[in-house]
Amino acid sequence: MRTGKVKAIVSNLVIVSADETVMQNEICMIRLGQIFLKAEVIKVVGKDAYVQAFESTRGLKVGDEAVFQGHLLEADLGPGILTKKYDGLQNDLDKIETIFLTRGTYTDALDKDSEWDFTPITKIAETVRAGSWIGEVKEKNIPHKIMVPFLLEGEYTVKKVAEKGRYKITDTVAVIADKDGNETAVTMVQKWPVIRPLKGYKEKVRPYKLLETGIRIIDMMNPLAEGGTGFIPGPFGSGKTVLQHAIARQAKADVVVMIACGERANEIVEIFTEFPQLDDPQTGGKLIDRTVIIANTSNMPVASREASVYTGMTIAEYYRAMGLKVLVLADSTSRWAQALREMSNRMEELPGPDAFPMDLPAVVSGFYARAGQVKLVNDAEGSITFIGTVSPAGGNLKEPVTEATKKAAHSFYALSQQRADSKRYPAIDAIESYSKFLDYPELIGYMQQTISQNWKAEVVKMKDRLFKGHEAMEQINILGDDNVPLDYHEKFWKSELIDFVILQQDAFDAVDGFTALDRLKYMQEKVAEICETSFRFSDYEEIGGYFRAIINIWKQINYSLFQSEEFKGFNRQLDELLNQRKKTNESVPV
Amino acid sequence: MKASLFKKIHTKVIHLTKATCTLEATGVGYEEMAIVDGKAAQVVKIAGKQVTLQVFEGTEGIRTDAEVVFLGTAPTLKVSEELGGRFFDAYGDPIDGKYAPAGKAVETGGPALNPVRRKQPFDMIKTGIAGIDLNNTLVAGQKIPFFADSDQPYNAVIALVALRANADRIILGGIGLSNDDYLYFRSLFANTDRPEKIIGFINTTESPAVERLLIPDMALAAAEYFAIEKNEKVLVLLTDMTLYCDALSIVSNRMDQIPSKDSMPGSLYSDLAKIYEKSLQLPSGGSITIISVTTISEGDITHAIPDNTGYITEGQLFLRRDTEIGKVIIDPFRSLSRLKQLVIGKKTREDHPQVMNAAIRLYADAANAKTKLENGFDLSDYDKRTLAFAKQYAQKLLAIDVNIDITRMLDISWGLFRKHFQPEELGIREKYIEAYWEKATEPEGEDDVLTDENVMLADTSFKQRNKIAPKWQ
Ligand SMILES: Nc1ncnc2c1ncn2[C@@H]1O[C@H](COP(=O)(O)OP(=O)(O)OP(=O)(O)O)[C@@H](O)[C@H]1O
Ligand SMILES: [Mg+2]
Repeated sequence: MRTGKVKAIVSNLVIVSADETVMQNEICMIRLGQIFLKAEVIKVVGKDAYVQAFESTRGLKVGDEAVFQGHLLEADLGPGILTKKYDGLQNDLDKIETIFLTRGTYTDALDKDSEWDFTPITKIAETVRAGSWIGEVKEKNIPHKIMVPFLLEGEYTVKKVAEKGRYKITDTVAVIADKDGNETAVTMVQKWPVIRPLKGYKEKVRPYKLLETGIRIIDMMNPLAEGGTGFIPGPFGSGKTVLQHAIARQAKADVVVMIACGERANEIVEIFTEFPQLDDPQTGGKLIDRTVIIANTSNMPVASREASVYTGMTIAEYYRAMGLKVLVLADSTSRWAQALREMSNRMEELPGPDAFPMDLPAVVSGFYARAGQVKLVNDAEGSITFIGTVSPAGGNLKEPVTEATKKAAHSFYALSQQRADSKRYPAIDAIESYSKFLDYPELIGYMQQTISQNWKAEVVKMKDRLFKGHEAMEQINILGDDNVPLDYHEKFWKSELIDFVILQQDAFDAVDGFTALDRLKYMQEKVAEICETSFRFSDYEEIGGYFRAIINIWKQINYSLFQSEEFKGFNRQLDELLNQRKKTNESVPV
Repeated sequence: MKASLFKKIHTKVIHLTKATCTLEATGVGYEEMAIVDGKAAQVVKIAGKQVTLQVFEGTEGIRTDAEVVFLGTAPTLKVSEELGGRFFDAYGDPIDGKYAPAGKAVETGGPALNPVRRKQPFDMIKTGIAGIDLNNTLVAGQKIPFFADSDQPYNAVIALVALRANADRIILGGIGLSNDDYLYFRSLFANTDRPEKIIGFINTTESPAVERLLIPDMALAAAEYFAIEKNEKVLVLLTDMTLYCDALSIVSNRMDQIPSKDSMPGSLYSDLAKIYEKSLQLPSGGSITIISVTTISEGDITHAIPDNTGYITEGQLFLRRDTEIGKVIIDPFRSLSRLKQLVIGKKTREDHPQVMNAAIRLYADAANAKTKLENGFDLSDYDKRTLAFAKQYAQKLLAIDVNIDITRMLDISWGLFRKHFQPEELGIREKYIEAYWEKATEPEGEDDVLTDENVMLADTSFKQRNKIAPKWQ
């Protein structure tokens, strides 16, 4: 047992004078009376190990003992993770009986006594390697693969496989041997150091499939591909969390990992409370069945924020290796960056911009790189799509975390204060935001097949209309309603139409909140048709009045079930309004 | 603070700054309280034998051979029913001239609540103020600040909200409160139905700035006792949290920490989150709601203090003087209650969310029209109608002195819609138009209700306040 003694304490930074060797990022336990505080080595200078405590250090004294554990921070991986609510260190919060999270309490991540129906996949004498599928258990609605431990290197031969039957997670379900005949027993649970990417795949491939979210401004204008990465920066209250929660409910994924990193407890409680009630249309189960929650709220120890994002990503990588589509959502990555900053400042490191650590961009891009679409050793495909929120100080996007993330992510969903203030939700700024997938031929091909041949061309036109509308509005504001050509008003109102009908979407309405691809196609075509009509209005007040009426009917349409009687009724009203105008158009000389 | 339990005594001070003192000592626990020359202090850094203490009252007059006594615990508060009706200082010692209450000593600034032991907030708080109930509905268990410039009557407003909120207990955390405001709170609260309902932990402008750091934890330790052990609905008022943050920056500055934005410590977010996240709703019925005040400078919410606060709290209420009607209103654009969607349209009438949104959108259109007018452009007919609507909307609903029921607020909104607009200009779901449009009538009179409290708020001067006996709702 390697030990050391506490030498200095500032907040959660503790310097331990080590008696023997220590390892960077090694876990150590510091004794405080009857309890142990978990901590991680983050720097070593001579005999001094700088450790960050994952718990409050209140009451800790110089001379208190620390015991080094010989391993890094690890996640427990095995069946039973889904529906769990973990803290950042993967303690199962449900197993903590008390109201308060008293420090020094650690609980098992998995349920040791639960039994699972195991079906073997591999056969005796087969060659396997890390990540090979040995068998399968049904976890909720997911075929959970039992895999050769990822920590093993090289090829192994299967010596024994358990028969179909019920087993506990710690029972041996297979025995494999390396080329020298050394045998390893495989159980249903394995460990992985969270800070290292868990690979276990053959190769990464370019994303090509749309990850449907049901959110129009994303799916139509700035699509996210399976295996892609996106980020949502925005000032406080602009709708990052509401947007992420909507994506968590609606996205067509097999597994959703939600990481609440330094955010509000009530937002997690909302997930705990609502997801068990909501149906998952894909499986017929409940939404909670495909979800795992990592809750490291803002009042929990700061050092565990970093652990929480890595733990969440490791769990996602584990499920991806089963050939599943995994979605990881982290809210907010800025809190993690701030935790790094607090620590770096305490260690008196040379600060980078805004006092963030110098290596922040490398840390962020290393993390985003763990997402992706992969081909597994058995040629099955799996993916991790990652979406992080960023909380820029003062809402100013020119700050280190936003800038570092911009370099790392495929798509960018900028939330605007102005849109949020005027309750134009989701407040994504359609002009500022982008998705690099709009230029991926793979994705364009996919969208043209699933939505429409004109999809890309229409998206480009729609963005252009929004831009022109914005310009027209600026001119109107500068010159006055009367002093611009009528055409400016028409351009402005057409962009308002796109805004109110397509971009704005009521996340709290069961019908409007989710738009399927067939409905999206209908909306894209119909709105394009209106925008392409050139109206011959006689004055600007008439334009405003006419478009307000159209928008009003569209809102009624958006609140009606697709192709329902109600929907068709409003659609007829809309057609009438359009036809009326066409007639008037014909009577007005050009 | 008195050193009741004498422990080790040390006399070798080796370093002094305005707020900290460093000495050689062993066997000292991190965050332990101490008395330096009779002044309360707390351990903020230990490096080998050198222990740095933050001295709450400041270090003036401390000698290098000062007597230092370590108390062996972090700050504690004795909690019991006896706290009811009493006023204390930052250390939990009485300032109302009465006996020191007995009770179980609990450490303040305790651990986080297990999120799975919380219940989703559900219990609407009615205030009668439409800027709150209609547009930014509050829910028990919520944490929300008022953002206000220093010349606004924020303390009068939070006092009013507290008294109307139907709480079992109101705990006032006064952080750098002016003595006049302290006396105002005391006299106002002296007239409630149950005097024991009120508890105060007060640091006035006359007391040392760094002492302010203790107030929120004290108030919340008391709140946790009543909410968790007594299942009470507790309302905590913290005013002014900006002064709390200023005290934080003083200390971090003295400890040579690298400041981040606006000279605030890099840990500001975590420091504030530890306080605000103490708000809770428990399945047993107990709750802690935190209503705070964050004073801001000329409406600038990008400053690190309101910015970090906004990222933590569940919305914010923005006080602004509406020059048009000459009254303080709750600004509908920048205010937000993030928990409102848990209750509106569910505990209130079904049309609530849509009516609220439509009204705010029209009010935004009016703001645009106003800009046009100021730029010297002609107004369209629609612009004129939005302006007329906005004025009445501000007068009858947004003004802070309105005191009516939510259903009445919705009816007034419909009345204003019908007076100024056509149904298709609202973008409201047709089923609500069918249900409410025809019934809507124009709201009469200039002001709906005028109570004593309203007079008090309309008149922002402090002179009159002490005389006013609030009505218990
Ligand atoms: N799509 C939406 N539809 C309706 N209301 C919305 C929508 N998005 C956001 N809102 C409103 O805005 C509020 C704030 O949104 P949200 O909590 O997501 O902000 P945020 O960007 O996550 O803020 P913070 O950074 O402080 O966490 C919500 O409580 C809700 O009232
Ligand atoms: Mg959020």
